[in-house]
Amino acid sequence: MSEAELLLWVRGPALQIATAIFLLGVVVRLAEILMLGRKKDLAEARGSAVAGGLRTIFSRFVPDRGTLQRSTFNVVAGYIFHIGFFVVLFLFTPHILLFQDVLNVSWPSLPTPMVDATTIVTIIALLAVLAHRLQNPVMRFLSGFQDYLVWLVTILPLVTGYLAFHRIGAVPPPTLIAIHILSVELLMVIFPFTKLMHAFTFFMARYYNGAISGYRGVNS
Amino acid sequence: MSKDETLGEALRRQGISRRGFLKFCAATASLMALPPGMVPAIAAALEKARRPSVIWLSFQECTGCTESLTRSHSPTVEGLIFDTISLDYHHTLQAASGTAAEAAREAAMEENYGKYILVVDGSIPLGNPGFSTIAGISNKNMLLDTAKGAAAIISVGTCAAYGGIPHAKPNPTGAVPVSELIKDKPIINIPGCPPIPVVITGVLAHFLTFGTIPELDELGRPMAFYGNSIHDRCYRRPFYDKGLFAETFDDEGAKKGWCLYKLGCKGPTTYNACATTKWNEGTSFPIEAGHPCLGCSQPDFWDGGGFYKALSMPTEDITRTAVYAVGAGAAAGVALGALNRAKKKRIEKAHEKVTINDLEKGD
Repeated sequence: MSEAELLLWVRGPALQIATAIFLLGVVVRLAEILMLGRKKDLAEARGSAVAGGLRTIFSRFVPDRGTLQRSTFNVVAGYIFHIGFFVVLFLFTPHILLFQDVLNVSWPSLPTPMVDATTIVTIIALLAVLAHRLQNPVMRFLSGFQDYLVWLVTILPLVTGYLAFHRIGAVPPPTLIAIHILSVELLMVIFPFTKLMHAFTFFMARYYNGAISGYRGVNS
Repeated sequence: MSKDETLGEALRRQGISRRGFLKFCAATASLMALPPGMVPAIAAALEKARRPSVIWLSFQECTGCTESLTRSHSPTVEGLIFDTISLDYHHTLQAASGTAAEAAREAAMEENYGKYILVVDGSIPLGNPGFSTIAGISNKNMLLDTAKGAAAIISVGTCAAYGGIPHAKPNPTGAVPVSELIKDKPIINIPGCPPIPVVITGVLAHFLTFGTIPELDELGRPMAFYGNSIHDRCYRRPFYDKGLFAETFDDEGAKKGWCLYKLGCKGPTTYNACATTKWNEGTSFPIEAGHPCLGCSQPDFWDGGGFYKALSMPTEDITRTAVYAVGAGAAAGVALGALNRAKKKRIEKAHEKVTINDLEKGD
């Protein structure tokens, strides 16, 4: 396969396969969770479950004081890499064009030097959280194969994207771009079957916690 | 000109001053990223060069490459050097035809065996030898025969280098590039549709000066000319970095000369010297004229997913796949959820209640 054919394949058939697996998997899992249903709460309501649920989805974005003091590093590094990942994914012009082509909606982009700097910060934050995971005995004990796998597929698109943008490496740049796209497709394919699902399920989990408290008329 | 006349003599005879000649040598040296100290060496070597025999074979091509080289508005040093060193055989430019022309080719091959430069433009059809013949000889046979005694082969144009347009899907003639048929000779690819004239003469000058082929990249192209992407050398690059793009060919951005990435520019994946040497004696190049780069110096540029589709856009309809996947996922999810519920109910039903009496019986 020539470099032009490879690039064409990852932009065409491979993206079809990855999109199909990603969406099919995510929707099946979400539907299954929703179909579990909730047991009817027979106690008298002392507040609104919906209001509590919705409030908690957002209020949990702010870490509580105890968590922040106990695991300052996890909270700060975690926020940095999550926000950085979103900035790089959604505010880089070529990426926006991809979404525009598929979803038919567009939004403004950031200047490329800013996206470039964000990429570096995000990669450093991801390396830091891995180092922390390996160094901290408790976290290392709690970590399994999947934790390292999802870390790898998260950092790969960032690293390959950086290399492709700056044309660093032994392979020709069109191949670098193809590798970058492939790394994203890898992320999409394993996404529904791993902890990466938290990107969708955390809304539901927060809503559930908030709704229980809201029904009882207390803050969650 | 006589066969013993040197290149320097021939150029002077045609009215090129020493100053003009040295200017060309300096420009060639700087183009090829050679140190300034090399200029006298290039001048001396070119001055003394006796016309090397060049055989130019044209296969499945449009003659655009020859036009590019010979149809400049005023006679340039490049053009004259080209005139001087060529050509024992060139279908388009030679007066002779048929048997006489073939005899000239055979004579040149015999006389300069192992020393002549073979220039090829056009791809070679393997589907049927009859698709393209010259004097009854198939392209493939003529190439194999002529390549045997060549010192080096220069594949001029994307067709000769990578198959080009004849090679584009569905490739009805089974077209292949030179490098697919010749494995035992040094091959220099000078792709482009057409290639930049100064790149062709620059490579010839390098060969005449050093007697070697220049440093090539992984696609067989001289690094000096194909080492940078159009994107990295583009004068519109600052607009790309700032996020200022032309959205259509006649909007405000297009008039202001903003980046053409969204209009499908292939500059980021295309390697050529257009943005630096430019065309028509340094006048401009396609992007300067307001049109995105087509990527003509890259393999398979014709099948690159559409000239006017931005590089980062998918080449197929992903939206439809997404809609189907969400629909199928919802259906499968609901079905699986229903199965889970049924299973839960079944288990609840099969549950045997244990009373206090049951427990006491055992004692």
